[in-house]
Amino acid sequence: MIPHRVFNIFWMLAFALLMAAATPAGARDSAIRVGLTPAFLNDQYGLLDDWRAYLERKLGRRVEFVERDRYRETMDLLGLGKLDFAWVCDYPYVYLKKQKQVRLLAVPYSRGRSLYRAYLIVPARDTHTRSILQLKGKVFAYADPYSNSGYLTPRYQLHEMGEDPDKFFKRTFFTWSHRNAIEAVAAGIAQGASVDSFVWDSLAKVRPQITAHTRIVSRSPEYGFPPFVANRTVSDQDFAAMREVLLDMNHNAEGVALLRRLNLDGFKEGKPGIYQAVAEMMNAMGGR
Amino acid sequence: MRSLYDLSLRFKIPLWGSVLILVTAGSVGLALMFHAYDDLRQDVLISADSLGRTLSKTLFPVMLHDDVWHAYEIINAPFHSATPANPMQASALVLLNEQGRVYVSTQAYVYPVLADFGKLGPGYERLAKKLPGIRDHSSRNFELEGSNQIVVATPIAEGQERLGTLLIFYSKSVFVPRFLAIASRAGGITLLVLTILLPINWYWGRHLALPLMKLSSRMGEIGTHIPEPPDPAAYVHRDEVGELFVAFGKMVEALREGERMKDEMVRSQRLAAVGRLAVGIAHEVNNPLAGMLTAVDTLKQRPDIDPRVIKTVGLLERGLMQIRDTVQALLVDSRVVDRALAPNDIEDMRTLFQSHLLEKQLDLEWHSGLTQEIPLPATYVRQVVINLLLNAIQAAPGGGQIECRVEPEAEGLNIMVANTGALLTAEQMARLFEPFATAKEMGHGLGLWVTYQIVQQLRGSITAENGSDTVRFVVQLPLEHRP
Repeated sequence: MIPHRVFNIFWMLAFALLMAAATPAGARDSAIRVGLTPAFLNDQYGLLDDWRAYLERKLGRRVEFVERDRYRETMDLLGLGKLDFAWVCDYPYVYLKKQKQVRLLAVPYSRGRSLYRAYLIVPARDTHTRSILQLKGKVFAYADPYSNSGYLTPRYQLHEMGEDPDKFFKRTFFTWSHRNAIEAVAAGIAQGASVDSFVWDSLAKVRPQITAHTRIVSRSPEYGFPPFVANRTVSDQDFAAMREVLLDMNHNAEGVALLRRLNLDGFKEGKPGIYQAVAEMMNAMGGR
Repeated sequence: MRSLYDLSLRFKIPLWGSVLILVTAGSVGLALMFHAYDDLRQDVLISADSLGRTLSKTLFPVMLHDDVWHAYEIINAPFHSATPANPMQASALVLLNEQGRVYVSTQAYVYPVLADFGKLGPGYERLAKKLPGIRDHSSRNFELEGSNQIVVATPIAEGQERLGTLLIFYSKSVFVPRFLAIASRAGGITLLVLTILLPINWYWGRHLALPLMKLSSRMGEIGTHIPEPPDPAAYVHRDEVGELFVAFGKMVEALREGERMKDEMVRSQRLAAVGRLAVGIAHEVNNPLAGMLTAVDTLKQRPDIDPRVIKTVGLLERGLMQIRDTVQALLVDSRVVDRALAPNDIEDMRTLFQSHLLEKQLDLEWHSGLTQEIPLPATYVRQVVINLLLNAIQAAPGGGQIECRVEPEAEGLNIMVANTGALLTAEQMARLFEPFATAKEMGHGLGLWVTYQIVQQLRGSITAENGSDTVRFVVQLPLEHRP
């Protein structure tokens, strides 16, 4: 039997933790809240724990990761001031930048480049499809309505080809992540999807048995890599500290190990100009 | 087949027993296996029903919000920890919308999104027609015709609002390994039981058949000779077989008795015939013999007779006297009125034979239970005792033993005389009471014959038997049937 006193201490601790969790972000002195989205392979929880611990040590501050599947939720949390930083897709960045909600903090790069593409994938069994036009009347999986590679790009392509993206497919649905979109195609539920090349390449490394069931039909032009953004509410001091830590990651062994697990080479400051193509597509598709 | 029925019981009983055991074990095993199969199927259906109800509750809002991917994640969840050998593992989950089209499925290549479920095949068409009939919230199971699949259908509904149907497919082939496992276990137990039961059955069958076979072979001997009675140790139980043994023993006994009676009869008849012949001749000889002896006597009385003639006459007379003695011996006639037998008559015998006994240094064990007169002719009984004692003294070796017992009984008188001489051979036994049938150097061989004749006339019986080292003659004389 556990003595009652131990139980009492347990309950008091649990209550204290609950209170702490319920306290709004602004009320706490030093916690930094970082929003994570499916812009990268965000379901490797062990890696995220290690990364968060690394960031806490480097910043000397408490770091909280806030994971949301839908970009819209992360965008809303930024708008509400509940997040200090976030790693989002380039489409939300362009969208939020237009509203002056965020500024560019850092851009990840891989093999020296801060660019990625959208892959049009089909099930591996489908050996004849060569173009998105051949998917007319099929079932198509979108990642997220605020995803560049998983929504904006294929719709823009169809638009450019003179098709109405709203009527082109027989059925579409959202999987709320690139990884799920890849799985939907691999399982044959969708006959096509457009996914983030970074996610597909990362998944091909950690779970090749899933990507093996898909086939890349075409690759889009390059876009700026999904960026790390800072909320406009973040002080210059915090902004600089966070940027410093991220850019420093590839200069120490622990950081390099984490980057390798993230399938990245490092972070750099980046220029907003690399997102110009996304902004143009957004404008072409309705300026949202 | 006929030869099978003709088999010896030795094989037939164990064989039939084995067949029965095999049939019983087989049918029990089969029944258990079918029961197990049925149980397995029931378990699967119950599990499917519970899975269907759980998923349908979760799927309703998801379908209502038209979230295909979420619906897929829900129906795909049971496959995350799937093990291939689990018979409860569904082969596929298919979610249909109210138009009978595939909303989403875990096997999109077989059941593609938006495919018309009823057009996937003839079995599907019939199944699709039954689905709208499931009105309440419970699940129903169907056999998918033309395949080895069981389908459990659960409507996705809340109240009157119905959005579709969840179909859970189970492949019966998943049952097979489990069923085979059960079957092999049942088979193993059956074999174990058989390895115990079959030898027991074989032993028991032989145990039952062997005594019967012994009886049967003994019975087969009856045609040629009377068999030995069965060994009572061969079967000690008192059941029908035991009774058969007893009855067979009795039958053999009766057969032997009959055989003995027949032999006795033949011998009596022979002795009677010989007796009649002997007595007849004796009478025929006796009449002229009396005349001849009278004539010889008269001749001897004559004064003027020549001495040489006297010598001749004396020769004739001695010869005729010998003939008369022999004839007299043959002429046994007990019908003469005689006095009753007294104890002294028997005691006299003992005195009478003292000299004979001393001569051969024989030891006599004497017992007479006679204490008063009994109504038997004294002369003849004395004659019988004398003859038997004489015979015993002759038969006994020097220094041997002779036993004589005379016992009166309620029914008559028992006389037993035994000696330690050579045992009688079977041939001697057969001709013992015939005249001139002696094996001895001394005597004319009429003693036992005469004894036999007397006993016969007194309606008694005489038997001779070999003991362990003695030869015994037993005479029984009845009181009532006096001549």
